[in-house]
Amino acid sequence: MGANPFFELRVAVTGGTSGLGLALVELFHAKGARVAFVARDPERVASVARAHPGTHGIVGNVALKDDIYPMALQMLGELGGLDVLINNASDLGSTPLALLGDTECEDLERALATNLLGPFRLTKALLGALAASARERRGAVVLNVSSDAAINAYPTWGAYSASKAGLRHLTRIWDEELAQQGVRFLSVDPGDMDTPLHALAVPDADTSTLKRPEAAARELLGAIAETLAMKGLVA
Amino acid sequence: MTAPRLLVIDAREGLRHFPRERMVDVLRTGDLVVANDAATMPASLHGVHVPSGEPIEVRLAGWRSLSTDPTDFTAVVFGAGDFHTRTEDRPHPPAIAAGDTLTLGPLSATVAHLLGHARLICLHFSGSSDEIWAGIARHGRPVQYAHVQSPLALWDVWTAVAGAPVAFEPPSAGFALDWQIIAALHARDIGFTTITHAAGISSTGDADLDVQLPFDEPYDIPISAANAIARTRASGGRIIAIGTTVVRALEHSARHDGIVHAGRDIATGRIGQGTQLRVVDAILTGVHERGTSHYEMLRAFADDVTLSAADEELVAQEYRLHEFGDSVLVIPAAL
Repeated sequence: MGANPFFELRVAVTGGTSGLGLALVELFHAKGARVAFVARDPERVASVARAHPGTHGIVGNVALKDDIYPMALQMLGELGGLDVLINNASDLGSTPLALLGDTECEDLERALATNLLGPFRLTKALLGALAASARERRGAVVLNVSSDAAINAYPTWGAYSASKAGLRHLTRIWDEELAQQGVRFLSVDPGDMDTPLHALAVPDADTSTLKRPEAAARELLGAIAETLAMKGLVA
Repeated sequence: MTAPRLLVIDAREGLRHFPRERMVDVLRTGDLVVANDAATMPASLHGVHVPSGEPIEVRLAGWRSLSTDPTDFTAVVFGAGDFHTRTEDRPHPPAIAAGDTLTLGPLSATVAHLLGHARLICLHFSGSSDEIWAGIARHGRPVQYAHVQSPLALWDVWTAVAGAPVAFEPPSAGFALDWQIIAALHARDIGFTTITHAAGISSTGDADLDVQLPFDEPYDIPISAANAIARTRASGGRIIAIGTTVVRALEHSARHDGIVHAGRDIATGRIGQGTQLRVVDAILTGVHERGTSHYEMLRAFADDVTLSAADEELVAQEYRLHEFGDSVLVIPAAL
C-alpha cells in the first residue's frame, strides 16, 4: 500500500447526495479527505452530512447563476481553501429521453445550465483558490464527470450529449490554459452506472449489468491519484 | 468605459502612463509580484436589534484569526438605511449593550461586549460553523459605499485570484490582475505568488472610529510565498506588492529580522512616512485621496514632492478613483 494521497485533501463535490456524487463523498470521507458537497434538496443534504460526520453539506443548484458564489463562499469558508473540485451534478435534459426534434428548448437550456455553464461558473469562482493550492503543492485538480455520449452520437441523448461534449472541450481548454499555473483538469467517463440518472434515462435497463457507483468512484479517485502523482504530490 | 490605466511613479524616471494590461512592461525578469488572495465575504448584514426592535446594519469588520470558524467578529453597527447614504450621514443605531440579541436574516447573534465605542462591538453568532457560513452566504451583501450606487454582487468584489473568504472588503489593488497578466508574468520569468490577508473595513463614517483604522488584521504567508520572496531577494529581484495589505503583512512579518516568515500572525500598526521598508520594493495600488490610510502608505515609498506631482498628473489626466478605478505603481528612488 502506498501513502494515502487523499488524507486532509480539501475536496468539493457537486451533486453529492445520490449516485456517483454520493459514492464520491463516502469514499473521500473514508479516505480522510475534508469534504464539502452540494445538492439541491435541503433534507437530503442534511441527511448525508449527518451520516458522514465532518463533511460539509451545502444547499444549492449549480444551474442557477445566483447560487454559484454563495456555494463557492461556503466551500472555501468551511474548508479554508480547495484542492480538488469534482463537477458531478448532471441533468439529462428531456426525461424521458427524446429525439432532438421533440426536445423542448427549455430542456436543452437546463442541460446546458447544469452540465456546462454551472461547472464553468463554479470553476471560475474557485480558480483563485485552486491556483493557490497548486502554488502550495497541495493538489489543484478539477475533475469534470463526462460520458461516452460526449463523444458518440446516440439518438435521443442530444441535449445531454451536446452539454457533455461542451464540458469535455471546456475541460481540455482549461487544462491547456492553466497547466502553467499547476491547475490540472480531467474529463472522466465513469461508464453506465446504476444511478437515479441512469434510471431516468433508461427505465427498463437491467441494473445487474450496470456498474456500481462505488466502483466508478474508486476509478475517479484513481485518476485523481495519478494526476497528483504526476505532479509529484504523492509520497 | 475606457481601459484601466496605470501611472508609474518612478522616483528616478519620473511619471509614465501605461494601459494597465501592460503592467508587465514595467517589471523586470527576476522580480516577484505578490498579491493578496483573500476573497471577500458579504460582510454587510441587515437585521433587527431585538431589545429595541429597531432596524440595523451590521458590518463585519475584522476577526482575530484566519480560522474556518466564523463565530466571532469585530463589527461596526449602523442605524437604518443602506449604502446609498454616505456612511457619515447614516443615522445612529439604537443604544447597544453587551448581551443584546441581534437577528440578521437567518442568523442570530449576541453582542459579546462593546469595544470602547457605542458602535463597535464584538459579535458572537449562534449555530454551527456550517450554519453561520450558509447564513452569511445567503443573507450577506458586500460592504459598499455611496460612490457606487448599484448593488455589488460577490463576483464584483472577488479578485481573479480570490481564494479563502477572510476579507471584509476587497483587497482592491488585485482587481488589476487577470489570468492574461499572470500568464504574461510567467512568460517573462517574473515570479507570482500570493499571501492571504484579512483586509478589514476601510471606513465607518465615524471620526473616532476611523482614526483606529486599519484594525489589526490576521494574515497567512504560505511557505511557497516565503520561499519565493527569499529567492527573489537573494538574486537581486524586486518585491512588487499588489496593494497595501500585502505591504502590511510582509513588513509586519519581517519587522524583527528583515526576513519574511511563513505562517500566521496579526498585522498591527500603520505604515507611512518615515517607515523603513525592509522587504517591499514597490507597490501597485488604486488611486486614493490624500488623507486616507491607503494614501498615507504611499509616503513610505515616495517623498511628498514626488507624490504631489503625481497627484497633479492624476487629476489632470482624469484618472479614476476608488477600488474599481485606475492604478498607480510607486517605485522608490533607490531602485
